[in-house]
Amino acid sequence: MADKYTQFVSHGIGKDLAKRLGLPQPARLRRYAPGLPLVPGPVLVLGTGRMDANGADELASELAAWGLDVRRNALPKEKLGAIILVLDDVGHPDDLAKPVLTAAQSLRDLAPSARVVTVSRTPDSAGLPAVAAARQAVDGLLRSLAKELRAGATANGILLANGVGAVRLSALGALRFFLSGRSAFVDGQLLTVAKDAGQLPPDPDRPLAGKVAVVTGAARGIGAAIARTLYRDGARLVVVDIPAAGDHLAQVANEVHGTALQVDITAEDAGRRIIDHALERHGGLDILVHNAGITRDKLLANMDENRWNAVIGVNIAAQLRINEAVLASNPHGLSPRIVSVASTSGIAGNRGQTNYAASKGGVIGMVRATAPLLAERGGSINAVAPGFIETEMTARIPFATREVARRLNSLQQGGRPDDVAEAIAFLASDAAGGISGEVLRVCGQNLVGA
Amino acid sequence: MPAEEQSASAPQQTSGGHQPMRRAVVVGGNRIPFARTGGAYTKSSNQDMLTAALDGLIARFGLQDERIGEVAAGAVLKHSRDFNLTREAVLGSALSAETPAYDLQQACATGLETVLGLANKIKLGQIDSAIAGGVDSASDAPIAVSEGLREILLDLNRSKTLPERLKVLARLRPKDLAPDAPNTGEPRTGLSMGEHQALTTAQWEIAREAQDELAYNSHHNLAAAYERGFFDDLITPYRGLNRDSNLRPDTSMEKLASLKPVFGKGLGTEATMTAGNSTPLTDGASTVLLGTEEWADARRLPKLAVVVDGEAAAVDFVHGKDGLLMAPVFATPRLLERNGLSFEDIDFFEIHEAFAGTVLSTLAAWEDDEFCRTRLGLGGALGKIDRAKLNVNGSSLAAGHPFAATGGRIVASLAKLLHDRGPVDGRPARGLISICAAGGQGVVAILEAYTAPEGR
Repeated sequence: MADKYTQFVSHGIGKDLAKRLGLPQPARLRRYAPGLPLVPGPVLVLGTGRMDANGADELASELAAWGLDVRRNALPKEKLGAIILVLDDVGHPDDLAKPVLTAAQSLRDLAPSARVVTVSRTPDSAGLPAVAAARQAVDGLLRSLAKELRAGATANGILLANGVGAVRLSALGALRFFLSGRSAFVDGQLLTVAKDAGQLPPDPDRPLAGKVAVVTGAARGIGAAIARTLYRDGARLVVVDIPAAGDHLAQVANEVHGTALQVDITAEDAGRRIIDHALERHGGLDILVHNAGITRDKLLANMDENRWNAVIGVNIAAQLRINEAVLASNPHGLSPRIVSVASTSGIAGNRGQTNYAASKGGVIGMVRATAPLLAERGGSINAVAPGFIETEMTARIPFATREVARRLNSLQQGGRPDDVAEAIAFLASDAAGGISGEVLRVCGQNLVGA
Repeated sequence: MPAEEQSASAPQQTSGGHQPMRRAVVVGGNRIPFARTGGAYTKSSNQDMLTAALDGLIARFGLQDERIGEVAAGAVLKHSRDFNLTREAVLGSALSAETPAYDLQQACATGLETVLGLANKIKLGQIDSAIAGGVDSASDAPIAVSEGLREILLDLNRSKTLPERLKVLARLRPKDLAPDAPNTGEPRTGLSMGEHQALTTAQWEIAREAQDELAYNSHHNLAAAYERGFFDDLITPYRGLNRDSNLRPDTSMEKLASLKPVFGKGLGTEATMTAGNSTPLTDGASTVLLGTEEWADARRLPKLAVVVDGEAAAVDFVHGKDGLLMAPVFATPRLLERNGLSFEDIDFFEIHEAFAGTVLSTLAAWEDDEFCRTRLGLGGALGKIDRAKLNVNGSSLAAGHPFAATGGRIVASLAKLLHDRGPVDGRPARGLISICAAGGQGVVAILEAYTAPEGR
């Protein structure tokens, strides 16, 4: 359900008025549902055209094998579902002109909620200054293009580490996510694929089939949406929340055919209890989503010990302790894909949220440092940083503040809990196997903290 | 369920042609917090509460769309529209709609009796799984029209012509309009349950302080159990309530001593029964999940305890031979004897606290040489219970007592307690449940911590 402003400017007088006054006209975003086409039209694949490069060719034939309608040259006036810029072989900023300007000619032909995806290499792995310059240039290009696109279209980039090929499975998993409606509210982001690991699922509509997933804070809001999304994708769920939220938790558990575990994650033995429950009742623990979080907002000058400690305790200390229990579970050899919910507040800061931003910054630090520990045993850990998401919590923000907050991004609207859940489901899937230690923002390219 | 699972859990024939009895295992339980009448659940019906308790159980054990062998539950205060209360609750729950259900009613023993009846069906091989339960609302109690008005309304329905109808209506008197509310009075004596217990309390000369102490322990034991998270996997909150609303963690002997007696004020002896050492009217619901070992294993479910045996008894309270709530005194020695057990073999005693006086009169009777010889036909006193083993996580004085829901509360809590205790002196930990009921009835049962059979 779109917000009231979006409804107003989508039809009749409202639409006309918004156009004349130059007001934001948020689009209805294309979101994923099983069975829908991956993209809303043909896919244009453009490369640098360098003689020694064939990344674009390889990718084009791979996408054709997915059953997509792939173009190497745009047809006049044909609406495109996506443009993929394969820039993994740029050696000098001069190399960008041809593919970028070719793409430029097709931007007006993008269908609503179309996608632009760049595939390039991480700048820090470049030896030569010219190569690094070209690779870093893609970053600026991508983020600016994302701000120019309209009608629900987004631009995101895949960064390949050394040794990772553009058509390797890990990169393809990320590409599939960015093309699909699962990434509706992800915009202007670059995601690094560090390793050749991971695999595409046999059934793209049930990528988590057979996986056992634990979601904390699942009784309501984003946590409940994560549980539903993981269930839709085929996972068996353990939903966790504090005992006091048990009635809502039970409803979610029954909806997603999972089991409810009432436990306070700040308890000393919470990790043990969660692991035991998953192993004893479901025979495994493949996915762990640290979603539980609280806010106790106050300006730092007015902050008291309880507010500070409660937020740190739930939002980061509990995650650390549970991860330690997972890492210590050697006999079971647990190697889950862990996804933590961070926040754009933890990246850009937010007035009145020193405690919250500290905890969410902590989550990002934890994720980066835990990735190598899990890599040894084949697991992964990533964070998702939501921006303005339409939840019960944000619905309590005063009207004017809320209205400004939800427009301050490239998509000119708030995201939905489902959008956060989709990003988490992707990072929890085997298709994201080569991605670890990353922070993926689900914020519609929020104008602050980009 | 696949066919091979069905046959695997069916009773196996032995060479002698006898079918070895299967074990009925307590998998776990769920209840909603109990609320004092007129509190959080004032607007909740029995069906609402029982459905909520079922849904919490289903969520805890992942039983969505599962066809359970049978569900049995009941309510003591029951609306006539709730003739199929349990089945309706099942239909409103996340269980398979193909799960059969029946209602049962044995006053306050309802909950325990559903456990025993369903456990017997499991042991006999009739079903592999079951949910036992109970619910009661004193807030949403049925109110009937007066007997006079009821007769008039029925006659009105039968009359065919206008003059006939007017004639029937002319019989209506103002007094007929007064509704008939339920009460806890015994139909044959007219005495309330509290007044009945006051007679027994006086007969056994139970001191006020001893009753207050039992109430004090009940509150403090229950509060401590909450604090250490004992109920995290036994309770699902409901309508904003996370804990039993009757619980007073900060109650003191002084506070309890300051309360005025409410029962037994006209007996000529000192009245000792107060609102503090009697259970209040309460709303709530509880459920217990039972199954065979194979059924639980196939679903990777816990096996906390085994339902060993149960026994019912009744006393002639109408003629004053015994106290209204003293039937468990008679049922317990019979149950122990049948199972070759004595009090020394029991690690936990769960004696329902209808009134502190009930528990203490029961204990006094078992400790009384004369009574045990003459009335129970024993060689001497049945024995003294180690009070450290009595209602260790609190009982009805603190939690409250929604009549039919108390049995399920006790069975689930005791099963977890036994499981946590594990073996005692090389044998499974054992618990005795005793529940008194209106009509001079009582049901008692023995549960044992689950241990895998030899060779498994």
